[in-house]
Amino acid sequence: MLILILYISIFILAYVIYKAIARFTVSKIGFNARKTVTFGDESAVTSNRTASIISIIAIFLIWGAFTGSKTTPVHVPGPFVGETSFVYTATNPENLTAEARVHIRVGVMGQDFKTPKVPDKGQTGFARDDALKVYAWRSGLIRVQNNDEGGRVEGYRITAVDGKPIAPKQSVEVENGVVNMTEKGSLMFVPYAGWQMEPIWLPAPESVIARLVEIFFDGYQNVTLAENIGWSLFRVFMGFALGSLIGIPLGYAMGLNDWFRGWFDPIVEFMRPVPPLALIPLVIIWFGIWEKGKISLLFLAALWIMTISARAGVSGVNIAKVHAAYSLGASKFQILMHVIMPNSLPEIFTGARVAMGVCWGTVVAAELVAAEKGAGKMIIAASKFQQTDIVIMGIIMIGVIGFGIDILMRMAEKVIVPWKGKS
Amino acid sequence: MPEIKPANLQLDRISMTFELPDGNSIEALKNISLNLAEGEIISVLGPSGCGKTTLLNIIAGFLAPTNGQVILKGQQVTGPSPERGMVFQQGALFEWMTVRKNIGFGPAMKGVPAARIKEAVDELLEIVGLHDYGEKAVYELSGGMQQRVALARCLANDPDVILMDEPLGALDALTREKMQGLILKLWKETGKTIILITHAVEEALLIGKRLLVMAPRPGHIHKEYRLPFADLGVGSDLREIKKHADFNPKREEILSMIWEMEEEIMGRKE
Repeated sequence: MLILILYISIFILAYVIYKAIARFTVSKIGFNARKTVTFGDESAVTSNRTASIISIIAIFLIWGAFTGSKTTPVHVPGPFVGETSFVYTATNPENLTAEARVHIRVGVMGQDFKTPKVPDKGQTGFARDDALKVYAWRSGLIRVQNNDEGGRVEGYRITAVDGKPIAPKQSVEVENGVVNMTEKGSLMFVPYAGWQMEPIWLPAPESVIARLVEIFFDGYQNVTLAENIGWSLFRVFMGFALGSLIGIPLGYAMGLNDWFRGWFDPIVEFMRPVPPLALIPLVIIWFGIWEKGKISLLFLAALWIMTISARAGVSGVNIAKVHAAYSLGASKFQILMHVIMPNSLPEIFTGARVAMGVCWGTVVAAELVAAEKGAGKMIIAASKFQQTDIVIMGIIMIGVIGFGIDILMRMAEKVIVPWKGKS
Repeated sequence: MPEIKPANLQLDRISMTFELPDGNSIEALKNISLNLAEGEIISVLGPSGCGKTTLLNIIAGFLAPTNGQVILKGQQVTGPSPERGMVFQQGALFEWMTVRKNIGFGPAMKGVPAARIKEAVDELLEIVGLHDYGEKAVYELSGGMQQRVALARCLANDPDVILMDEPLGALDALTREKMQGLILKLWKETGKTIILITHAVEEALLIGKRLLVMAPRPGHIHKEYRLPFADLGVGSDLREIKKHADFNPKREEILSMIWEMEEEIMGRKE
């Protein structure tokens, strides 16, 4: 909630500042500069580069600020780490009271530190000082009466912490934390956690990058990053290639012949809305969990998309073009090769982009279920060991690669079908 | 220049009725007969829905008439063929090919050697005034230039008859006039038989040596004119032709004829 409010404020603040600066600096070049009506004019709304850059910076800033990253200058308050103590007041069955101190050391998980030493002097009453070791974001339970004189006698109890009265199931705020009393009269110290996220929930950006470097060079569970991603990509390309190999000719047949159309329409129309992920159980039963199963799944994911786009490409051909080709003396085969196929390429490319996206998503999900190697397998294995930094790194890699695939497809589209959208 | 071939196009009592699924039927054409000598240029005019395009599609062989037949040089027409070339209103060029490839499409499909195609295409590019545009993509050309490519592509196949389905309908007035001049020039130089369908009265008068006015419901030939303007117009300024003493009266006569037909259609609808 706090993060959301912060994010919205950064958004508004950046906008206000940008507009204030832009009034003086942004050039008046281009057709849009002199437009008075831009609200509702889609062509006048272009993506503001500055906004994109600030947006990315803002995400990293917030991420860094809430994880105590070394890369960001500002941080929200972090958890308390270091030495602290509180005083408790014990009352024995004779209603005499004595005070003793609990010495606490709060340290970070994963780093070695010792329980603090209890000073010997200055212990006057029947209560004795205690020592406690606590991890940040965790809590420490201590039965302070265990080492007190007569502490195990019935009626011996803790009545106050730092001078404030306490009873079972009550809490008292102390320096750098809170002391809770359990139902049975033990004390539980919860150090101040601050607003930062624990690395197990969200690691700092630099530790994600460090993990990326580490896994890139050393691999994770004896599998290198390139191998993991390579396997995922291999499956996607195999599934996509097979799906296109069957789907495109099938789509052409459906677009050119009424019997094919009628025969396959119910199948295609039924299979199209079935999410490929829903097929995973059946594919596992039929083909097993290894490569055969995954490639079959991706084949099915790509097949219907490619079939439908090829069919749409054939249906979308302007009849005048076909008529023109016939009256120029082209045979049916020549019309297929020189008119229908090139004419359907833009549609097929659109379909291919969708299919690649779906396949990429499906392969990751399929690897989550079962795989030896693969991007999805890497993150699911890391999540089982609560290695959140690897999980986040993996998700970022998956996103970057998915985006990269789409960019490559778009570039290929520009080279292969330059006439798209220009007829 | 491609050599002149004899063409004799005969439409023999053509009728076309479309049976609708709801049991009704639409009589699109009724008893249309027409004889065209080789090298004749004829324009067909009529209100929308009079069946002009249906008629052209029958001649091209894209539609089979319910009755009657189309005979070209003694052969009955049963389907599309390169001897009857067609120029469409727009959108019939192949965007994935250059201008050169578009024009050479017909010969290439027949397997004519590449060198001969290149020669023919070069000549045609010159004729239609596109000599610098051979390697351009067709979507880079203006509408008028695209229609020049369409004309050249049709001529490359050396057809006996050229069928034009409102080829200038989507062009602006200025380009249109230039293209009308080009069509007349091509007609004179190639001696092709040309059938031009249009909804513009001036265009029909300028281009058609014969002019057919069609009437709807069912589509039939309402009146036929024989006009001097096409011959006069070859190689001269078409604006001068429009000043000819006969031009305006003819134009008015045909316009009011079509106007009446339109009124009748509207009246029937109400």
